[in-house]
Amino acid sequence: MSETRIVSGNFAAAYGAKLSRVEVVAAYPITPQTEVVEKIAELVADGEMDAEYIKVESEHSAMAACIAASNTGARAYTASSAHGLALMHEMLMWAAGARLPVVMTNINRAMGPPWSVWADHHDTLAQKGTGQMQFFCENNQEVLDSVIMAFKICEDEEIMLPAMVVEDAFILSHTKEPVEIYDQELVDDFLPPYDPDYKIDVDQPLGFGSLGMPDWYMDFRYKKAQAFEKTPEKIQEVNKEFKEVFGRDPGGLIEEYKTDGVDVLIVTMGSISSTSKDVIDELRDEGHNVGLARLRTFRPFPVEQFREITKGVNVVGVLDRNYTFGHGGDAAREIKDALYGHRDLILKDYIVGLGGRDLTPKILKKVMLDAISLQDKGLDKEIEWVDLRADRKKWRG
Amino acid sequence: MSEEEDIFRIVKDPKDHTDLPRTEITDCPSHLMNKTGSWRTLRPIVDKEKCIECGICWKFCPDVSIEVKEGEGAVVDYDFCKGCGICAKECPVDAIDMEKEADYV
Ligand code: SF4
Ligand code: SF4
Repeated sequence: MSETRIVSGNFAAAYGAKLSRVEVVAAYPITPQTEVVEKIAELVADGEMDAEYIKVESEHSAMAACIAASNTGARAYTASSAHGLALMHEMLMWAAGARLPVVMTNINRAMGPPWSVWADHHDTLAQKGTGQMQFFCENNQEVLDSVIMAFKICEDEEIMLPAMVVEDAFILSHTKEPVEIYDQELVDDFLPPYDPDYKIDVDQPLGFGSLGMPDWYMDFRYKKAQAFEKTPEKIQEVNKEFKEVFGRDPGGLIEEYKTDGVDVLIVTMGSISSTSKDVIDELRDEGHNVGLARLRTFRPFPVEQFREITKGVNVVGVLDRNYTFGHGGDAAREIKDALYGHRDLILKDYIVGLGGRDLTPKILKKVMLDAISLQDKGLDKEIEWVDLRADRKKWRG
Repeated sequence: MSEEEDIFRIVKDPKDHTDLPRTEITDCPSHLMNKTGSWRTLRPIVDKEKCIECGICWKFCPDVSIEVKEGEGAVVDYDFCKGCGICAKECPVDAIDMEKEADYV
């Protein structure tokens, strides 16, 4: 029987891994991810979870162990955060290049310095080029759902790629919410055992990860690129199936909230989305024609979907909980990329909530009102940092 | 065997990406065929009289290129030995000498 428990985002991730019947977990602890792997260690020690739990000396080794396990045909899982994820960088690329469906949870946390343990998407987005799919979750239920879904998407024979399911530090990782923990049989029907055609087997030896000479390297990469291009369709397909089986829609590539015929579209990612939806309701009650798009997958980036939902839109206000030096907010940049040559509209990038800075409904409303005001006054600046101490009056007054 | 044939033995004669496996997967034992001992500039020479067959060199060789056989002592596989000298360094009775490879070719 499925049961609803009050659990943190971290426990939701651990239960997602348990329900997915992962066979190998290799991890190194880091705040705020520690609870994920602590919970898994406990479940394994108590015999509730039938998995090999490998303690390793670093995050780089954690992903290396998952890669090796996946190569033997085992379902492998790990979790990390921020600096741990950065240390894993090389192996994230390897998992993708080797076409191994390792799934991990990353707790979005700011990169130092200044040293911080709070919510920020820069750690995850800095890995956007590694070949991992990236699922940004809005709540704890979605964390559990996305881990199960990710394995199904990743292990599809046309895909065979790794994925990161990500949740915001503390706001989700350490906050408890009701989460439905599904019946194991239901999950087993949805997610069959992992059984790749090629794997490490002493009786049928194969070599993995050989040298690719210049004559062939590009062709291999092209083949991998083609697999990645199939991910948007596959995610939507699995999302549909998930909805049919579990009665819940995790959101596919992009979740649209009251976007029909809007003049102003607000874009969010992760946990600020639910607060933002409340603010959208308030603004609509006040007569503003505004809606929200929650970007759920940053990789693959929903290019087609953005072109579709911005039809007839005058202003797009993007709330980026991340900032890359010399580049700006990642979501705004990618949306501009997607819309180039397709839409003539105003797009403003709001840098918000870095390093866990609180985003209250009041601040979010000011941001959205600023976006709405651009319809009349035009674009004032391309990028604006919100709620800096120097101009708090503007955002909090 | 050329490098290219070695990589693609799992699919015979690939023409382009459509023939390739999803990633670089090769028929084993590809590395047994691609003999890499030619990189060596020093050659370990085992003195059978001194060798006590303790197996330490076998344990330390990073390239799995030593076998210790009863009655024969340590036997080096020169098709793969890289001449790193770790075995000579670790041998407790100094039964292994590193000599110039050039003297042997
Ligand atoms: S020289 Fe190095 S590679 Fe060769 S047998 Fe000794 S330890 Fe192995
Ligand atoms: S370490 Fe020395 S003594 Fe021991 S087996 Fe090797 S060569 Fe012989």
